[in-house]
Amino acid sequence: MTGAVVQEEGGLRAVDLVRVLPGPVPTVLVDGVSLTIRPGSLAAITGPSGSGKSSLLYLLGLLDRPTSGDVLVDGAPTAGLDSATRDRLRLERFGFVFQFHFLLPEFSVLDNVLVPMRELGALSGTAMRSRALEILDSLDMAEQADKLPAQLSGGQRQRTAVARALANDPPFILADEPTGALDTRNAAAVFEILHGLARAGRTVAVVTHDAGLAATAPQRFHLVDGRLVAIPTAA
Amino acid sequence: MVPLPVSIAIAHLRARRRQSAVSILGVALGVGFFIAISGMMHGFQQYFLVQIVESTPHVLITDEYRAPPAQPLEVLEPHAALDLRRVVARDPVRGIANAQAILDALEAMPGLEAAPALRGQGLLRRAGRDYGVTVLGIRPEREARATQLAGEMVAGRLDALDAAPDGVILGSGLAAKMAIGMGDSVLLASPTGGTARLRVVGLFKTGIETLDTGQIYVQLAKQQAVQGRPRVINEIRIRLAEVARSIPVADALERRFGYKAAPWEETNSRVLSVFRLQNVIIYMTTGAILVVAGFGIFNIISTVVLEKARDIAILRSVGMPPATVTRIFIVEGLVVGLVGMLVGWVVAVGIAEALRMIPAPGSTDPTQTLRVDTSPLSFAIAGGIALATSVLAAWLPASRAARIDPLTIIRGAV
Repeated sequence: MTGAVVQEEGGLRAVDLVRVLPGPVPTVLVDGVSLTIRPGSLAAITGPSGSGKSSLLYLLGLLDRPTSGDVLVDGAPTAGLDSATRDRLRLERFGFVFQFHFLLPEFSVLDNVLVPMRELGALSGTAMRSRALEILDSLDMAEQADKLPAQLSGGQRQRTAVARALANDPPFILADEPTGALDTRNAAAVFEILHGLARAGRTVAVVTHDAGLAATAPQRFHLVDGRLVAIPTAA
Repeated sequence: MVPLPVSIAIAHLRARRRQSAVSILGVALGVGFFIAISGMMHGFQQYFLVQIVESTPHVLITDEYRAPPAQPLEVLEPHAALDLRRVVARDPVRGIANAQAILDALEAMPGLEAAPALRGQGLLRRAGRDYGVTVLGIRPEREARATQLAGEMVAGRLDALDAAPDGVILGSGLAAKMAIGMGDSVLLASPTGGTARLRVVGLFKTGIETLDTGQIYVQLAKQQAVQGRPRVINEIRIRLAEVARSIPVADALERRFGYKAAPWEETNSRVLSVFRLQNVIIYMTTGAILVVAGFGIFNIISTVVLEKARDIAILRSVGMPPATVTRIFIVEGLVVGLVGMLVGWVVAVGIAEALRMIPAPGSTDPTQTLRVDTSPLSFAIAGGIALATSVLAAWLPASRAARIDPLTIIRGAV
């Protein structure tokens, strides 16, 4: 584990995060995790299947509420926030990329990228379109703007999902196995895009199974049974 | 730019063109039939009411009282604890007392025409057969001003009765039943034993079966003689310039003269209550079509919610609040309802036009077709019900969509 807890106010910080799924036999998904992802850094979260990587990412992205502990977003606690405020915070400050692109199939590439912007409603229609095309251009997707998701390759769909995550210019990008459904070449390309976002000053957290890609991350966290452990050395 | 929920809702509906079209068609047929059928019923009722209003007095003063007159002892001792039983009333002379004074007073009132009449029962005898009828003794020149009888004559003229003391005017239905025509003679007998031989000087037709087959008109003096009640009238038939004022005018006349004054709504209250019941049945039946259309909308939106769980999950994950998710599917219902309503209005116009080409059943005039009264109000009511049903039908699946946990969908994605 190279991601030490630091005392910076910025970035994304987990403090004693615990997530237990209630039920006849409660399931502990995340067990007392504390970590800090530095601003402008890319953090890889690794671990075996069922180790709680995705659960941790959802807690960090305010998609889920911890059973105990807190997530500090740029130093501000979030545990006490109501659902509406968490929704708004997610819309303004977080961008998500999932293993499956989850693009709206009836919307064009451009319209999919516009979805978060239209929901936020901070820009005029023209400004939104201009910004969306700019993002798509930066991801080499401008020529596909009018196509439907069904007309794209897997790599292009995932790049569209990245473009949608960037729509509201969020400081935090959280990606859950973004390369899991891609071939090696496309996976490397998407990971390079995420590196580029971190270099541009965004805080990026990526859950991945791919040790090779994870090794390129400046910060790495390894989970086993919901707990942070030392990163195993290669055999 | 179109609001995001509207864009998504329209995209969902366009992606399921056939299902959306069927739902829209359901609403359109509901709206169309609601307007056309209620229009046909309203048209029939209006036609019938016009016939009633045209053929009967707007206000009818009769020689009756709404409550029996107070006993002298009650008048003398209004606060006494009295218990009067088995009071035998003096047999009054039936008829409107001071009738001429009342008629003169009515004559002086603006916007009102009054005609005296003596109503009684009688038997018309012809070729050995008796026909029970209501006999009205009238003054033709007054009757012409107070009712539409002159306009309802299909043979002869009303004023012919003036010149013929032994004349009688029959309903066309009764004449057909008795197989008699103009110039024929009949024998009239009253329950008091009076008889008169009468000659047919006119035939009328109101369109109301009971009048056309059961009512006859003779001169007032003739009726008084046959009934054995000289100089008596028991009805004052009043026509108003403003028929809508029949109830307040009747109230005022009853208060002033003491006799029962019934507006036409009271005289025909049974018919009006049948119409009310008829309306309830029609609205319930045609409204049921819209409710069934609502089930169609519920079905399509429930399907969309199930199919679109992933889309809902991603929208929730980017920060779309549950209320906005609900709005997407409510808008879908609303769009189906709105388009269905507009198409339904066109369907209604088409059905109404088709109905107007159907000959009116029972009419002797072959050019007379069904009357269909489609008012803007009926379009508005049908449209309102369609929109309300659509929104209600969309509400349940929409609120279920808002409750979808995005994590469950994202975690379960394969």
